[in-house]
Amino acid sequence: MGNKILKKSEAFYDVFFRKPGDEKKSTTYCAGCGHGIIHKLIAEAITDLGMTEKTTFVSPVGCSVFAYYYFKTGNVEAAHGRAPAVATAVKRSHPDSYVICYQGDGDLAAIGTAEILHAANRGENITVIFVNNAIYGMTGGQMAPTSLLNQKTATSPFGRDEAEEGYPLRMSEIIATLDAPVLVARTSVHDIKNIMQTRKLIRKALNAQKDKKGFSFIEILSQCPTNWKVKPEDAQEWMEKNMLPYYKREVFKDILDQAAPVPHPKPRKEIAEIVELLALPEFKTRKDNGGETTLKTIRRETKFKIAGFGGQGVLSLGAFLCELAIVNHYHSTWIPSYGPEMRGGTANCSVILSPEEIASPVVQEIDILVAFNHPSLVKFHSNVKEEGLIFYNNSIINDLSEIMPYVRRKKIQLIGVDASNAADSLGDPRMVNVAMLGHMIKVYPYFQLQQADLLLEKKFSTKPRLVELNKQALRRGFEQDEMENIV
Amino acid sequence: MSHVVIKKELCKGCSFCIKACPKSVLSLSSDINNRGFNYAEYAGEGCTGCGFCFYSCPELDAIEVYS
Ligand SMILES: Cc1ncc(C[n+]2csc(CCOP(=O)(O)OP(=O)(O)O)c2C)c(N)n1
Ligand code: SF4
Ligand code: SF4
Repeated sequence: MGNKILKKSEAFYDVFFRKPGDEKKSTTYCAGCGHGIIHKLIAEAITDLGMTEKTTFVSPVGCSVFAYYYFKTGNVEAAHGRAPAVATAVKRSHPDSYVICYQGDGDLAAIGTAEILHAANRGENITVIFVNNAIYGMTGGQMAPTSLLNQKTATSPFGRDEAEEGYPLRMSEIIATLDAPVLVARTSVHDIKNIMQTRKLIRKALNAQKDKKGFSFIEILSQCPTNWKVKPEDAQEWMEKNMLPYYKREVFKDILDQAAPVPHPKPRKEIAEIVELLALPEFKTRKDNGGETTLKTIRRETKFKIAGFGGQGVLSLGAFLCELAIVNHYHSTWIPSYGPEMRGGTANCSVILSPEEIASPVVQEIDILVAFNHPSLVKFHSNVKEEGLIFYNNSIINDLSEIMPYVRRKKIQLIGVDASNAADSLGDPRMVNVAMLGHMIKVYPYFQLQQADLLLEKKFSTKPRLVELNKQALRRGFEQDEMENIV
Repeated sequence: MSHVVIKKELCKGCSFCIKACPKSVLSLSSDINNRGFNYAEYAGEGCTGCGFCFYSCPELDAIEVYS
């Protein structure tokens, strides 16, 4: 027996246990499909480069949707076209892993055009393998953006006509115009010579990722005899006649020699830098605030929705809460949401405060609702969690009948704050949000009044009158008796 | 001696290996396998172990080449 053996790669599962049915050693691909050839080249390369254990393979939507049946790597399945976005997330959260973003031409060049361009433009340190078979395979042979002129498909039965459907997209050429990508090439698997060329390019691209060089993009012209409606043995000829003249096989960009290692992910900003950027007062620790030390600690992600009319300072109250959180060394997020009018109308913001990094700024289930008017209270009350908290502006909200059944059922604590009246009594209705904040700090003692004072002094340093007014409003809210509605 | 092993039941009969073989020592069977495909067969001699059939084959485990 000899000494060199070519056989199924160790980067493939021995038995494709995820695959339904009895045939757990063969692929789901049609006879003569290029996907399998390309899978083998990738598997061999990651084995030889010692990458398998640290590789995550992102499968697309398309015929290779089940690539995770085969590859004995980490696997993620992305929604149609979104593989580069998913790959970005995997790579950035696991910068020492290797990420292969495998996509078909329907996936990458139609529904996913935006994702691929932006991942390329950001220079994500991933390897994109783009399998171009000039058609939508999985769905039964519809026209793809890469289908050729005059190509007959299920959705271009008279042949693709540029006047109707535009020209076949040359994705490699487009990607190569961007500054960030380090390696962009088109190759093919229509014959053995080109398969071996593809083998080299795949290795080069994976090595580039290993060296943290950045984004590489290998487009591979590949067979889909089934949907081209030719016999497998005629696929090569079909490619030579139809694909190769239009799609040049070429290295369009290779700046690997000059490329410095990519800096992703960048180190997090220090709290001190953020405090400086926002011109906030600096506290060394949460206790370092000069006042009483009865502060409670925020121990888990706490989600706020703050809602009211435009002009009630709804959005700035949310931002102010975040600033209080930042100076107290918490993490915070804020997203405003308002109608087309910008001023007036209704507005709300979602705020999350947390001792940990926050994965998503979206607030669906609310811990604490702050409602400045009746429509906002009605709109959001039913998103408040069991045993949550609602602050409402009882100067102008009198009718609670609509919300009471839910509030009782969910054992929600309902706290009326005479905020509009407090502001009016100071002669400035704009103070309504700060009055509300004063009372929130009383009921929810995670911040101190003095901290809010310091923030206000910094914020309005050129307007002493406004600082005074705000401080008074804070105290009007704070000193108000707790008006808990017993329910 | 160099030779190739083709797993009859995993072959889909696309004939890519046959086209790639520089020594023309592979051919398609007249028989069909359990899944209804004519399958690739090795003539039994003449293989140089170049591996072209292996790299041309879209199936992950249908061909092994020993050299
Ligand atoms: C959001 C969404 N839209 C549409 C589909 C239907 N769909 C499944 S595969 C596919 C096209 C895949 O074509 P391609 O990327 O060229 O891959 P191939 O199957 O040819 O390998 C489409 C449109 C889907 N699954 N999800
Ligand atoms: S339809 Fe085309 S792309 Fe899909 S498995 Fe069959 S040959 Fe491959
Ligand atoms: S290339 Fe593979 S699947 Fe195709 S005929 Fe040869 S052994 Fe069979």
